Amino acid sequence: MHNRTMNNRPTGRRGRSTTAGLGVVLTALALAGCATADAADDDGGSAARAAQGVTLSDAWVKAADSGMSAAFGGLTNSGAQDVTVVSATTEASSMLELHETVENETGELVMREIDGGFVIPAGDTLTLEPGGSHIMLMDLTDPLEAGDEVTFTLTFSDDSTYEFTAPVKDYSGANENYVGGDTGADAGDMDMGSGTDTDDAGHTGTDG
Amino acid sequence: MTAPDHGARAARSGSTRRQFLLGGAVAGVGAAAAIGADTALNASADQPPSAPLNGDLTVPFHGAHQAGIDTAAQAHGLFVALDLHDGTDRADLTRMMRILTDDAARLTQGVPALADSEPELAAAPARLTVTFGFGPRFVERARGTGPDWLRPLPSFSIDRLVPELGDGDLLLQIAADDPLTVAHASRMLLKDTRSFASVRWTQQGFRRAHGTVAPGTTMRNLFGQVDGTTNPAPGTPDFDRVVWAGEGWLAGGTGMVVRRIRMDLDTWDELDRGGREQSVGRYLAVGAPLTGTDEFDEPDFAATTAIGFPVIPEFSHLRRARSENPDERIFRRAYNYDDGGAGAQVSDAGLIFVSFQADVDRQFVPLQRRLDQLDLLNQWTVPIGSAVFATPPGCGEGGFIGESLLT
Repeated sequence: MHNRTMNNRPTGRRGRSTTAGLGVVLTALALAGCATADAADDDGGSAARAAQGVTLSDAWVKAADSGMSAAFGGLTNSGAQDVTVVSATTEASSMLELHETVENETGELVMREIDGGFVIPAGDTLTLEPGGSHIMLMDLTDPLEAGDEVTFTLTFSDDSTYEFTAPVKDYSGANENYVGGDTGADAGDMDMGSGTDTDDAGHTGTDG
Repeated sequence: MTAPDHGARAARSGSTRRQFLLGGAVAGVGAAAAIGADTALNASADQPPSAPLNGDLTVPFHGAHQAGIDTAAQAHGLFVALDLHDGTDRADLTRMMRILTDDAARLTQGVPALADSEPELAAAPARLTVTFGFGPRFVERARGTGPDWLRPLPSFSIDRLVPELGDGDLLLQIAADDPLTVAHASRMLLKDTRSFASVRWTQQGFRRAHGTVAPGTTMRNLFGQVDGTTNPAPGTPDFDRVVWAGEGWLAGGTGMVVRRIRMDLDTWDELDRGGREQSVGRYLAVGAPLTGTDEFDEPDFAATTAIGFPVIPEFSHLRRARSENPDERIFRRAYNYDDGGAGAQVSDAGLIFVSFQADVDRQFVPLQRRLDQLDLLNQWTVPIGSAVFATPPGCGEGGFIGESLLT
């Protein structure tokens, strides 16, 4: 049930011996082991719930003292239908957003809240990574310290949910700055290229 | 600088589970190399190579013991000792060891660590192992106790220790057959220690490059000596008895001594070949004792020359390192270092002496005391760094190194 796919980029790595390959699988299993599909709302109907085909591998969260942070990992949809993640929740942050990176009209890469959520095509993996799509923790309730574990719940468009636990890691990158207005309609503007100062936590708000 | 001399050659054919798992792949490399040198040279660029790449070889991370102890020594070894930050407490140590264990479990299998900013560098593990050792203060902060021997070694008269090259709270031994792999693993792990500790010292060591000599060949140090002939063979009851500790949180772990021994190659140069062989008690050519012809021949300390002197001198390293007490044995896993010269001094070289033994006080200290009192090699060697660590047992899937101390 756990998919060993780590991301959808070609790695260029050559095939390994059986022993080596086994090691990779075991490692992936051990570290994705906390992820479980929650299909509690399943009414027993015939349609497969979105959460049942989804796994998240190699999840991690950037350490931060306060303010914002982000969660990353590889979301794999092994089902036959495209699925859409519409929201995420965690006790670690009072508010979360699903962000994407897109090119704006001037050719600059900007971060913004994604319209309609993350779509994971059937049989594909959506990689959440620094500089790309990610789950944004907008307002940490407590410091996230390296080695802590944070539990998240993803909700899909059919209301099914998927819970995963991600370790916190120190990370110097992922310093995309929040340059939008307040956390209102255009709160999703995450401009990686801005020169706004950041603190150790990265993702520092510049609007107060 | 050879090992205390007790091992029997017959015992060297043993293999550990770790070596067994690797064995197929290693044999494959050897066989393909033997048959296919021409084939490989003539292969066109778009054909996949017939032999598996050494970079693809992995050593299992999980197990009863940490890897990097009974693992056949890799070509490159990096030793980094860390000092814990003042505020790092037991809970912090647990978080740190969980993170570092996860990093090591992935990197050793050729998988990027989480948040690895250079994931491509993780793709060639080349038998990477990461081995963790705990210093006295680590155990104290973990609110654990023992082992009794976990403290700085007693001072020896030959020591000229530089504090900046010794001790430490947490040791990382990072070893692989590829130096870029070692560098990446080191950087990844050390980045993840920043919240908890800072680097105290770093020592970079090397042996022969992968494939230069037949697997199992005893290493040579920069004096040209065969170094480590009498090691117990991993996978044998003899090795298990010498190395693995049996009690408490350290059960399945071992004691680790790391000493930086400067070797004065300039004055060694003044010694002729006969003198060099007398100082160690072995022939340089093959490492045989002066009373034998093969590296693994047992030395005959009773043999005398025509005028009645012992063939293996009383002052030789081999004679002095040999104890009548079978407890006083260690397993050596040393690396050479050469930090380069400056001015008239053309080299700054020596040995990163590394030994593993279940009980440092019972096994290592008496041996070192004898060498301290008399060993002709002391004329050309100076210990300048010294540290002792408790190397905890390995862990299973989902566990972490140090869990027997921290949970």
